[in-house]
Amino acid sequence: MTVEEAPVSLQDAPGRRLTMIEAINEALDIMLTRDPDVVILGEDVGYFGGVFRATAGLQKKHGKNRVFDTPISEGGIIGVAVGMGAYGLRPVPEIQFADYIYPGLDQLVSEAARLRYRSAGEFIAPMTVRSPFGGGIFGGQTHSQSPEALFTHVAGLKTVVPSTPNDAKGLLIAAIEDNDPVIFFEPKRIYNGPFEGYYDRPVTPWAEHPDSLVPAGYYATPLGKARVVREGEAVTVLAYGTMVHVAGAVCREKGVDAELIDLRTLVPLDLETVQKSVEKTGKCLIVHEATRTSGFGAELSALVQERCFWHLEAPIERVTGFDTPYPHSLEWAYFPGPVRIGEALDRLLGH
Amino acid sequence: MSGSDTPSQPSANGGRAHNLAPLRLHVPEPPHRPGDPVDFRHVHLPAAGSQPRPDETCPPGETHPLCNSLVRVLDDAGRAVGPWNPQLDPASLRRMLRNMALTRAFDERMYRGQRQGKTSFYMKSTGEEATAVAAAMALDFEDMVFPSYRQQGILISRGYPLIDMINQIYSNRADRLKGRQLPIMYSARSHNFFTISGNLATQLPQAVGWAMASASRGDTRIAATWVGEGSTAEGDFHSAMTFAAVYNVPVVFNVVNNQWAISSFSGFAGAERATFAARAIGYGIAGLRVDGNDPLAVYAAERWAADRARANLGPTLIEHFTYRAEGHSTSDDPGAYRSAQERAEWPLGDPIARLRDHLVALGEWSEAQQAAMDLELAEEVRAATKEAEKNGILGHGLHHPFKTMFEDVFEDLPWHLQEQAEQAIRERRIKWPEWKE
Repeated sequence: MTVEEAPVSLQDAPGRRLTMIEAINEALDIMLTRDPDVVILGEDVGYFGGVFRATAGLQKKHGKNRVFDTPISEGGIIGVAVGMGAYGLRPVPEIQFADYIYPGLDQLVSEAARLRYRSAGEFIAPMTVRSPFGGGIFGGQTHSQSPEALFTHVAGLKTVVPSTPNDAKGLLIAAIEDNDPVIFFEPKRIYNGPFEGYYDRPVTPWAEHPDSLVPAGYYATPLGKARVVREGEAVTVLAYGTMVHVAGAVCREKGVDAELIDLRTLVPLDLETVQKSVEKTGKCLIVHEATRTSGFGAELSALVQERCFWHLEAPIERVTGFDTPYPHSLEWAYFPGPVRIGEALDRLLGH
Repeated sequence: MSGSDTPSQPSANGGRAHNLAPLRLHVPEPPHRPGDPVDFRHVHLPAAGSQPRPDETCPPGETHPLCNSLVRVLDDAGRAVGPWNPQLDPASLRRMLRNMALTRAFDERMYRGQRQGKTSFYMKSTGEEATAVAAAMALDFEDMVFPSYRQQGILISRGYPLIDMINQIYSNRADRLKGRQLPIMYSARSHNFFTISGNLATQLPQAVGWAMASASRGDTRIAATWVGEGSTAEGDFHSAMTFAAVYNVPVVFNVVNNQWAISSFSGFAGAERATFAARAIGYGIAGLRVDGNDPLAVYAAERWAADRARANLGPTLIEHFTYRAEGHSTSDDPGAYRSAQERAEWPLGDPIARLRDHLVALGEWSEAQQAAMDLELAEEVRAATKEAEKNGILGHGLHHPFKTMFEDVFEDLPWHLQEQAEQAIRERRIKWPEWKE
């Protein structure tokens, strides 16, 4: 996938290339250094450095008061993070897999999301919940889910999904600095390299991708701003996380002049960028890995329909995971890959 | 075995092994239902003063016997006896008495206010005033409390203005929470009182997290949290206890066992098998079980736990054994599920009367002073209520501006909330054309 425009702040980049995991680790390290209120907690994040190595080396460098392991209790992890935030810290809890966030859901939905509102600003929950999500790794039912729609539906939560190392670092720094609770979903399939939907091809490492250029030191990528990955005239493609790469590859291979938009933040949404694009192209394809019914794509589709109705030349298309639990053996039949996206593009462009 | 307990016959395809007694499901049943004569002989009441007081530095296991006993200081003659006597001076005792009586007077008036249609909802703490007031007085003002919805006595003990409480209950234009919260779900950061949530037991891990933060900072403040016995069944109770034990957290857990969770007696939270205090032992936490209607025992236990936490000796769970004298809330009629005689027959009496009798026995108080104080407190509440009513009562139009409904969802107002706020204001102009904001 070629990128026409350089990501923010690359003019200062000395050409350092990082994987997404390295970029996340660096963001956490920078924030621990910059802000003494930042603390990291979660299962296996301390001494061991995390099951995906996202927190490797951080406890050794910043101490056990700042980076520590927790009991296996997602409700407890989120609950104590809410209390730490009320004290004045800036906790960054990790939930090992998004599939295991549900025991912490009550604390997120009933507490973190509403603390500022119900106390009229007396207490806030400036926390960032990091969690690996998404499939494409033979994770089966409980290591593959994309539960973002459960969070976008909750007033008071922000939901962020990076798709590149450069964004992962900048968005994570912005999320940690944000005074609202942020759900930060990391697409684990692209931790170590971009994925274009062809499971039978060798994985390209991040080192060969332009968005793995990550400036050293501090920078923040603003929340609530989408990124136009590629400008085009024929169709607007809305995606986030792994699907940015999959959808981009399909458009490239089919020679579709698509305007590819990486939403980056789902709530609050950068509707302006989306609207401007659809008004130009007249067509809209929404791609996400999560199940279809009441997925975030439904919200996107409704918004595009309301705002761009008179510009639409074709029905809005949604390419998503199927409405089933995430299967193991039939992963590639389930995954919204090149064939499903290609068909949707054909329908759109045939109009 | 009564007829309703007879197991249904196994279905044709659900055959039973021969010669084995059929299994039976046990569903707890409270000792008294409406109309039943009341018998509290099953409640074990050791004599006041007979419980040992281990040093605050003792290992948690040493408190195990106290988890199955009842720490009591005030005897039947109103004297303070035994090693748990906190030796408070008469002025402190009178302050404690006053805070409890003010809490009761406040409850009475707000309950009436709800019945008069001035607000939608209220919850009294009648009979449980000691578990909030005496406990709060044993803590430092700087210690953060994470209450449930029945600890209004803490706010009153900490000198929070009654008028601010009433404004919140009336959801009027002076309500600090801008009419967003159900009545009694107070928040008072200025008084180190954490925002109350409707979701039960969520405050327990939050209190633990707050205290973890305090410890990680080398601070000297501790956290204390309250939960009813019914809510100890929530998963958050388990996670809070686990985290508190793992990190040796400076937190005090107060389980207010008032025998009832709405209509479910404490057996549905596990009280038939073990005390709530005894759960502490399994987590490696110190536990105490106290007479929750004995303000001196409550004070002494809370002080013991607070000193222990402050000395880096970790958490304590205190079970306050008490009785919910009135309905669960203004939406509840306890006559529908429990015997009306329970309150009168409750063997631990009334916390205010017991402290009053103690002060009288000391020669530091009199019936006449009590009567005068009650009149004075009723007047204080009445005056605060009248003052608050100038700011409006629920449903009478004096509330915060429409726009505030959309504020504080996030720190800033994102576009979608901006749009929805404009919609709300447009609707208001259509519904109420003469409206002045």
